[in-house]
Amino acid sequence: MLRLHDGLKEIIKKVATTLPRDVEEALVAACEREPEDSPSRKALENILENVRTAKKNQLPLCQDTGTPVFYASVPKDLSFDTVGKSIYDAVRLATESIPLRPNAVDVLTEKNSGDNTGIAFPEVHFEQSEEGTLSIDVALRGAGCENAGMFYKLPDEGLKAERDLDGVRRCVLDAIYRIQGRACPPYTVGVGIAGTRLTAVRLSRKALMRKLDDESGVGAIRELERRLLAGINRLGIGVMGFGGNCTALGVKINHAHRHTGSYFVDVSVACWANRRGRLVW
Amino acid sequence: MTGKPAINIKIPISKETARGLRVGQYVLLNGIVLTARDKVHKYLFSKRPDAGAMPFSLEGGVIYHCGPIIRQSPEGARVIAAGPTTSARMQMYEPFIIEHYNVRGIMGKGGMSGAVANAMKESGCVYFHAIGGAGALLAQRIKKVSGVWLLEEFGPAEAMWAFEVEDFPAVVTIDSQGNSMHRQIEDLSRQRLEEILISG
Repeated sequence: MLRLHDGLKEIIKKVATTLPRDVEEALVAACEREPEDSPSRKALENILENVRTAKKNQLPLCQDTGTPVFYASVPKDLSFDTVGKSIYDAVRLATESIPLRPNAVDVLTEKNSGDNTGIAFPEVHFEQSEEGTLSIDVALRGAGCENAGMFYKLPDEGLKAERDLDGVRRCVLDAIYRIQGRACPPYTVGVGIAGTRLTAVRLSRKALMRKLDDESGVGAIRELERRLLAGINRLGIGVMGFGGNCTALGVKINHAHRHTGSYFVDVSVACWANRRGRLVW
Repeated sequence: MTGKPAINIKIPISKETARGLRVGQYVLLNGIVLTARDKVHKYLFSKRPDAGAMPFSLEGGVIYHCGPIIRQSPEGARVIAAGPTTSARMQMYEPFIIEHYNVRGIMGKGGMSGAVANAMKESGCVYFHAIGGAGALLAQRIKKVSGVWLLEEFGPAEAMWAFEVEDFPAVVTIDSQGNSMHRQIEDLSRQRLEEILISG
């Protein structure tokens, strides 16, 4: 019988070496829209060739194979501890076999652990599931886009952002304007709206796991997602920050109830290589 | 690739060639590029080794901000993925390095500060923006690893690797005339942002 860590190792390899189909299709469509000979078009042509090369050679798309992030939805008969141990084992094995770049550094000694494991590294989130199957979503978060994330506390006088969806809109546009091309656009943009800082960040990061065609089921949020995508693409930042009309592939907003006194907005971005996948066990 | 041909650049680059490049041009680099990220930059800046103390010459050279994935084997080092890293982290060291070592090209992603652009203008150097995230493709354009320096000290992602590249794609985004695509795009997007905030 295949062991869980082998299954996990395979999904990590798939996520490191291939793009989700929806992202690849969106990049192909974007490439066709950019004017020939424009730097943005050249960048997209190279990106698409990179996608083919990585898939063919079964090698990582990007040398920054990131912080591995796992969202495990665990059935009642399995302990979080068992799943957690398999995840750590899988990351060690995958680092050696794919290979992944060792990215885990001890904050005190500055020593690299060499196998992508350490304190709270990889990042693992657990939830109990009513289903009989174990489901684990995997993302590889490169430092360039993790570093680019922005956090807002509303109201924000400078942005004229009040505690409403127009305020959220202003925050997201401000974030992408500030990030410019530094995190390898076209981006997938995740937004979290909540009343505690932790929840806002969790929501915005989790939003990056949604497929590009997965629009919010809530009308007002869906409208804002569409409006923000159009707005971001009007900023003119373009692929790699080379200018043009393709700065983002999707905007995904997740929201929670908030405390009467608090209103937080967190903006997470994924680079064009939004490396995500799912293992169902 | 269709349309306008890419500009072929041979490394080492002469000062005249560097001075002739302009923002927005798509180039293909050929020759040796030397990787350097945070630790090598700090080392060059603080120790200032002279040419005799280094295995490679930076004269007319291209420094590449890159922390590659390398697989070591008995046959030698194999490059698995080698895309650019964020250049902004190196910008406090770069003006000195450009001027002191006569570097003609800095390659990375995300662009660099006005101070670096000024140093480029002063000494005749340009910024090549590589294709971020294209690690697999760019590794294919590295035909040979011709040496490594400071590997023991800094490890494989931070060492200085000499990569022999062929048709390595990049876009000039800061030239030696004081033009910066990053500044142009930032100005444009600020204008657009103001319009979008008003009109929706």
